[in-house]
Amino acid sequence: MANFETVEVKTDVLILGGGMAACGSAVEAAYWAKKNNLSVALVDKAAMDRSGAVAMGLSAINQYVGVKDGQNSVKDYVDYVRNDLMGITREDLVANIARHVDSTVHLFEKWGLPIWKDKEGHYVHEGRWQLMINGESYKIVVAEAAKNALGMDNIYERVFVTEPLVENGKCVGAVGFSVRENKFYVFKAKAVIAAMGGAVHVFKPRSGGEGLGRSWYPPFNSGASAYFTIKAGAEMTCQEVRFIPVRFKDAYGPVGAWFLLFKSRATNGLGENYMETRRPELENWAPYGKVKPVPANLRNWLMMLDVMEGKGPIFMRTEEAIEKLSKEVSDEKERKKKLKELESEAWEDFLDMTISQALLWAATNTMPEERPSEIAACEPYFIGSHSGASGAWVSGPEDIAPKEYFWGYAHMTTINGLFAAGDASGASSHKFSSGSHAEGRIVAKAACKYAVDNPGEPAVDNAKVEALKERILRPLDLYEKNKNATTDETVNPEYITPHQYMFRLQKLMDEYAGGVTTNFKTSDKLLTKGLELLKFLKEDSEKLGAKNHHELMRCWENIHRTLQAEAHIRTILFREETRWPGYYFRSDKPKMDDSWKVFANCKYDAASDSWEMMKRDIISIY
Amino acid sequence: MPSYVITDKCDGCKALDKTACQHICPNDLMVLDKEKMKAYNQAPDMCWECMCCVKICPVQAMEVRGYADFVPLGASVTPMRSTDSIMWTVKFRNGSLKRFKFPIRTTPEGQAVPDGGYKSGDDLNSQELFTEPESCGMDTLPPVK
Repeated sequence: MANFETVEVKTDVLILGGGMAACGSAVEAAYWAKKNNLSVALVDKAAMDRSGAVAMGLSAINQYVGVKDGQNSVKDYVDYVRNDLMGITREDLVANIARHVDSTVHLFEKWGLPIWKDKEGHYVHEGRWQLMINGESYKIVVAEAAKNALGMDNIYERVFVTEPLVENGKCVGAVGFSVRENKFYVFKAKAVIAAMGGAVHVFKPRSGGEGLGRSWYPPFNSGASAYFTIKAGAEMTCQEVRFIPVRFKDAYGPVGAWFLLFKSRATNGLGENYMETRRPELENWAPYGKVKPVPANLRNWLMMLDVMEGKGPIFMRTEEAIEKLSKEVSDEKERKKKLKELESEAWEDFLDMTISQALLWAATNTMPEERPSEIAACEPYFIGSHSGASGAWVSGPEDIAPKEYFWGYAHMTTINGLFAAGDASGASSHKFSSGSHAEGRIVAKAACKYAVDNPGEPAVDNAKVEALKERILRPLDLYEKNKNATTDETVNPEYITPHQYMFRLQKLMDEYAGGVTTNFKTSDKLLTKGLELLKFLKEDSEKLGAKNHHELMRCWENIHRTLQAEAHIRTILFREETRWPGYYFRSDKPKMDDSWKVFANCKYDAASDSWEMMKRDIISIY
Repeated sequence: MPSYVITDKCDGCKALDKTACQHICPNDLMVLDKEKMKAYNQAPDMCWECMCCVKICPVQAMEVRGYADFVPLGASVTPMRSTDSIMWTVKFRNGSLKRFKFPIRTTPEGQAVPDGGYKSGDDLNSQELFTEPESCGMDTLPPVK
């Protein structure tokens, strides 16, 4: 076995991840830990300043309810989320996040995040729930507060957590390895928070060369949360609810500012607005097809219908929107000033969060005020914090949750002591960056309470840890043992590289589970065949080879993605209807079916490698 | 290539205790070749083009060349990040230039105070989080119903 020193870390509360949710957990846990004599540790696979989905920055905060100024109520937000998810949502969770999210945004502002203000000092809204920010350093500012609260001595950067430790139905810690040193980490804890983001590169991306990494959601979010919770035996929910964003084509720049702030429209190659010409199609998806705003997946769907009929390219009419906005100003001089402002805002929108898109504009000599830019549907992602919903099935808060949804601690999974936040928790979509941070805070307080209520030392089976160490480091051993048997180390009958393994997973998901190639369509037959091929892939995951720490991380990222993929296929297969046509379309069950207005949940048993599928009722809190 | 390192400018961060780009890359892509004392991107096709490395490089030795499979050549986007703002220079393929400057934070670097000046309670069993309800801007938590 590769020579890795075992480092043991004992803590009361363990935070896994370093993104928005984990930073929220850090700030919150630090406070309650001090009050209750608890210790807290945080583990991040990268550097907290620039880790997670907000690494590059953001140009807007997408969840701000504005209760203090009477702009909206918590219930308004719940109504919006329920409709956008075609009726499938945990109202208790969405409401819990919504009542704490304004507090989180106010903290961001105090920490130093520049939020746009109007002349009266009110936040500038991009849309009803969205605030405009100068967000290049959004993550740095939020991580700074987390680091100041927790202290760097309690933060482990560049440590990649791979497996949960579970004893007698209770999560007692996690194991992983340093991606820089020969160190194997064993974290033992009384309460564990999974906040390791969603999953990208499960499906084949549209760009397959250098642009492989230009996914909309970041390629380093590789299914760690899903794997950790599924492998721990937690019940999972909404594993079928992937998200496919429509973004500027190829570089995946954001469209929110264009649609909401600049009031732009999108038209097809013939100049038709699919939101108007395809309106009758929305009747087929009533009642959700009739609500405003039209749910994201249905807006996608109307566009996809045009694309499938060969009516592309689809254009964001930037030139038209800017002209219209500048015309609102009658004074010539003021109009020029307005144009300059709009131009700056348009570029900042990309430079703050999707620099590639600014580069693509520059490389194609595109001035948004002069000509339109193409938009397109990206590939599918697993992102329960945005418009997807996949994640762990967690307890609601004591004061709101129906009894069927409450088992002791807010946002705790069905595994005792294991909590989930952000992309890790399911059926509570539209948390985005701010709501994920708020949910991180919610679970941290609950995890501290759990650690106080359950003070027993974590019982970790050392024999199991040793076996895990051998398994986790195996790709290094396999490579070392066999690398000289062939003249090219990347082609070897005894092992496969993580990159090629990833391509195999992506091809399979793309072709059988409704990826880009099939216009996001699949069927029971395709899914069944896909599962058959996935079984071979799972077996071959034992044959992953790694030549260094970096590749070892890549091997485990792909093993994580594989379990996310399997949960996804099985749940699409289980739900015998099409409910989110712009996310996926089951051609053998092409309509929405009221008998499926339920949660489709699943649970994995690692020992027997078997899945249990189940329905859970939707219970309204209103 | 996504991010790349200019040979003549990179000094391997010899004056620092760790290589800046290697420290910051969220996808663990940057590596220091210790013999040459030059950094390189070990997997350009996994690069997100987030430019975290470009922004942090102390000697401006890093840039991004757009993904070769869909970005025409000849353009560049260059950040200059200071403690409170960022200046962008956008060079178009046709040679024209645009410059933009945006604020990045309103507090001094390193000075984010976790409680933001808000008071907190001490009841572990209540629904109120750290800094609440004051940070909600209300006397109580926002009502759910």
